Amino acid sequence: MLTLILILIPLVLAIVLLGLRGGAVKRVALITSLVEFGLAIYVLSIYKADTSSQFALSYDWIKSAGVQFAIGIDGISVLLVLLSTLLVPLIILSTFNHSYRNPSAFYALILMMQSALVGVFVAKDAFLFYFFFEAALIPIYFIAASWGGENSISVTFKFFLYTIFGSLFMLLGLVYLYLQTPGSHSSLLSAFYELKLSAAQQSVLFWALFIGFAIKMPVFPFHTWQPDTYVESPTPATMLLAGIMLKMGTYGLIRIVLPIVPEGVQEWGLVAVILSVIGIIYGSIIAIQQQDMKRLVAYSSFAHVGLMAAGIFSLTLDGLQGSLIQMLAHGINVVGLFFIIEIIFSRTQSRDLSQLGGITQNSPVLSVFFIIMVLGSVALPLTNGFIGEFLLLKGVFTYNTWIGIVAGTTIIFGAVYMLRMVQKSMFGLQTTATEQFTDLNLNEILVLVPLAFFVFWIGLFPNAFLQLTEPAVAELLRTLK
Amino acid sequence: MNLALFIPLLPFLGFLINGLGFRRIPKSLVGLVGTGASLASFAIVLSLFFNFSGEAQTVPLYDWFTVGSLSISFAFQIDQLSLIMMLIITGIGSLIHLYSIGYMHHDEGFGKFFAFLNLFLFFMLLLVMGSNYLIMFIGWEGVGLCSYLLIGFWNQNPNYGYAARKAFVMNRIGDLGFLIGIFLIINQFGSLEFASVFPAAAQLNIGDQSIFWITFCLFIGAMGKSAQIPLYTWLPDAMAGPTPVSALIHAATMVTAGIYMIVRSNILYTLAPDTLHIIAWVALATALLAASIGLFQNDIKKVLAYSTVSQLGYMFLGLGVGAYSSGFFHVMTHAFFKALLFLGAGSVIHAMSDEQDIRYMGGLRKKLPITFLTFLLGTIAISGIPPFAGFFSKDEILAHVFEHSPLMWGLAVFGSMMTAFYMFRLLFLTFFGEFRGTHEQEHHLHESPLTMTLPLMVLAVLSVLGGFLNVPAILGGSAKLDAFLDPIFELSKQANPGAFAGVHLDHSTELTLMGVSVVGAVLSIIAAFVLYVSRNAVPEPDEEITGVKKLIYNKYYVDEIYNAVFVKPIQALSGFFYRVTDQIILNKGGVEGLGNFVKGLSNEFRLLQTGTTSFYVFIMVTGIAAILIYSLRSLIFNA
Repeated sequence: MLTLILILIPLVLAIVLLGLRGGAVKRVALITSLVEFGLAIYVLSIYKADTSSQFALSYDWIKSAGVQFAIGIDGISVLLVLLSTLLVPLIILSTFNHSYRNPSAFYALILMMQSALVGVFVAKDAFLFYFFFEAALIPIYFIAASWGGENSISVTFKFFLYTIFGSLFMLLGLVYLYLQTPGSHSSLLSAFYELKLSAAQQSVLFWALFIGFAIKMPVFPFHTWQPDTYVESPTPATMLLAGIMLKMGTYGLIRIVLPIVPEGVQEWGLVAVILSVIGIIYGSIIAIQQQDMKRLVAYSSFAHVGLMAAGIFSLTLDGLQGSLIQMLAHGINVVGLFFIIEIIFSRTQSRDLSQLGGITQNSPVLSVFFIIMVLGSVALPLTNGFIGEFLLLKGVFTYNTWIGIVAGTTIIFGAVYMLRMVQKSMFGLQTTATEQFTDLNLNEILVLVPLAFFVFWIGLFPNAFLQLTEPAVAELLRTLK
Repeated sequence: MNLALFIPLLPFLGFLINGLGFRRIPKSLVGLVGTGASLASFAIVLSLFFNFSGEAQTVPLYDWFTVGSLSISFAFQIDQLSLIMMLIITGIGSLIHLYSIGYMHHDEGFGKFFAFLNLFLFFMLLLVMGSNYLIMFIGWEGVGLCSYLLIGFWNQNPNYGYAARKAFVMNRIGDLGFLIGIFLIINQFGSLEFASVFPAAAQLNIGDQSIFWITFCLFIGAMGKSAQIPLYTWLPDAMAGPTPVSALIHAATMVTAGIYMIVRSNILYTLAPDTLHIIAWVALATALLAASIGLFQNDIKKVLAYSTVSQLGYMFLGLGVGAYSSGFFHVMTHAFFKALLFLGAGSVIHAMSDEQDIRYMGGLRKKLPITFLTFLLGTIAISGIPPFAGFFSKDEILAHVFEHSPLMWGLAVFGSMMTAFYMFRLLFLTFFGEFRGTHEQEHHLHESPLTMTLPLMVLAVLSVLGGFLNVPAILGGSAKLDAFLDPIFELSKQANPGAFAGVHLDHSTELTLMGVSVVGAVLSIIAAFVLYVSRNAVPEPDEEITGVKKLIYNKYYVDEIYNAVFVKPIQALSGFFYRVTDQIILNKGGVEGLGNFVKGLSNEFRLLQTGTTSFYVFIMVTGIAAILIYSLRSLIFNA
């Protein structure tokens, strides 16, 4: 029941918001998301770290077809539920210094998005999963297209078509799987796990499913929608996309691809790992010379996701545990980075590194938070990024020594492009754009303090998170063998 | 609650207090908090040291993280090796904090500076106190961060910022090696705890392949942190940081972390003679290369920086020939005299209104008597003149090198002659002759305040007497340090007793070797004296330098080569990937090309829009069926 309430709170309040006007809209949206977060924390506090699906619920949705509204939280989804509920209030709070036109629609869409995201992570039925997977696209499409930059319509449309294109393959795969289930058919994921598929079936299905998720993350070479979309979208949408939505892809790999087509993974995993690692290097190298801060972080995010995907396909406990904790860490860091870039943009009307510099002179507090987020991103030990990256690299290294070493260059490249960004924005001489820079206000600090807190908390005490997921991940790996 | 916990915790608290409050806390209090934290930590180390039972002690704090069977505990190891390192770090650290109160007094970022220094101590202490490789790695990367922050401390200067990034990135290259070494250790031993890895390793044979790769990868990490070929070029640039930073981080402590790591892992290296061989040659090459560059540098801090690279080379050379405790002894004496020399240079720079070029100095001994005298003592110590500290430690290394290979010994002695020459050249040009700076500078010349000269005096005493901690038997000593450190090498001794029998040379050979190196050093000093004092030669301006000297003066153009071979191609690749591969091939060609293709098709298919629903349904069903059949054709046709 609690799981259902987690889906319903944002959805119901989104509808309520549509009827509200004026300053109350923001506040109601924030309070809603805080209540949602509070509930998620409560759920987490009574969640038992084992292999079971908890707070589960199941109704017949389309009874004759065996489609069920089945939801629940287990070790694979628990951190993602935390991520989705933790970040949304911060994203909403981050908009408080900015007035978006038509706020009731804007905030309603954010809450709808949250509802769908939580839905994706708790769905236990393939069609329900697919439903939420697509449903999440609609609000983000409208936010990006309506509140975005000049080119946002065409860019967002490309993004929309691209991901729909990927999802269709996935749908085909899921329909095929559904038809394979015995008797009167069932679309429960657990029924799919039981299927005895031939190696050839698994190979085809692997690609159908993988492409859908690969586009979402994105994995090289399916990424070209991403930098443009991140840059053109209004920052709250960028945060939702990079912070939470791309994790639908990595989550899908663990929830759907690994357990349903394990032999397909055996057959094609190496290709997927190689594509992912190409993405790490390729994205990192591109990030080195970007001038637009948002585009730079977009490419860095692409590189980081590549490592998560490679870790997942390493089929090691380290790789999977690393990917789960890294999904959480990456969400936190990338939201922090995009927020600071938005703060800089709102003060200087620029995200261009060649026009920035010396910000730390007027704004030491901002630069400290920026450096904290950067340290998380470059995986300095005792920050959240280190645990994930260490485990991921160890997983990939165990999978294949040479690929692991190549993937490991991410720690070098990450330092190169991130520190360049710090240097060109925070340090050096002030420019005409940054002369009048004012330091953070209370609202901004209230967003950044929790983010920075999580950077160090996860970095210092990762066991609190790792232990939530380990039983389920170990069980998953056991069934793959 | 174990006292050891407070050793890193106090500097961390100092960091928090000064870091969060430096805008509100008055300078005097900032200095007091920063220096006090360091001193208090030193006091605790002292009490641990004097109460040390001789048994290594582990202080567990909590389980950092656990995945499967691998569990990483946050724990400290208190033993002979970590104690000596802690003494050096907090002891010299405290002196440098004290010195900084005077040196940084006029700087706006005074509070920030002390916060960073304290943070550095915290990470450096984690590095040496950790009871496993991953805690060491926390410290390892953390000191890299502090080094980055402090090299770029004056962050408005983009060149300093570049130097800071260069240091961080080059260290990260090494860190990748370290990380891979860690993965290999986990794969081999299933643990990262020193207490489980080392005894397990001792069961393996000498020359074991896996140990070779582990030690080699760890050494890559050491190359980065301790500035060995090919990862040394960041250290001279790191002189952009304030001088106390150069003394603490880039001379006395952080850059010796690589040596600490190898001494800590000595059993692994003892089992990997091939790695030791590589280390010895890399170290010797580094020692000679850096010393030769030092011969012609004119920036007072650059000379000291190359000297540091070169001396680090000597330490690794000691390790490479299996003389772990000699290499480590040199870490200690070097910490004394190099910190002294850097702080002395800082005192000179302070007096010279930030001038660093020795061509514009001269005759400073009259105006800066304490700085001069202490600098002189440091210079004698590094030149290897008995009975100063550097003599004992360097000679111990050289004796072991001779045993290993007389050729290497010859080269190493040649390097130490260069050392004596460039150090005395530096001393003479700075403190002797006539003043060559501007009138304004001359007017401002003054001896530094007591907060700065007191650390100089303490370090001078240590530089003079430090060698007596480990006087070899042949000179009538009892090698106290060797004896104290002995338990650290217990496993190595069991694994390869031959390598640890001490120097086998007969007394006359050993004394002759000492004599040769001392005479060499004295000859170098005389040469420097003749050139720069008797003849009063002053190095020529940059544009008049020609030939081989120009090549060496420009550091063999190694930076330029790295730029051309690594930096530029990657930048070009970055542009190519972005503008060509991403925007044209994948985007325009792939994705939008597909879009345009579809658009073209749609013009044709528009004709199918008949408006009859049943026709649409028919087409849809056929379509889905066709796609399914096509996708799954192999299954259907094979079935």
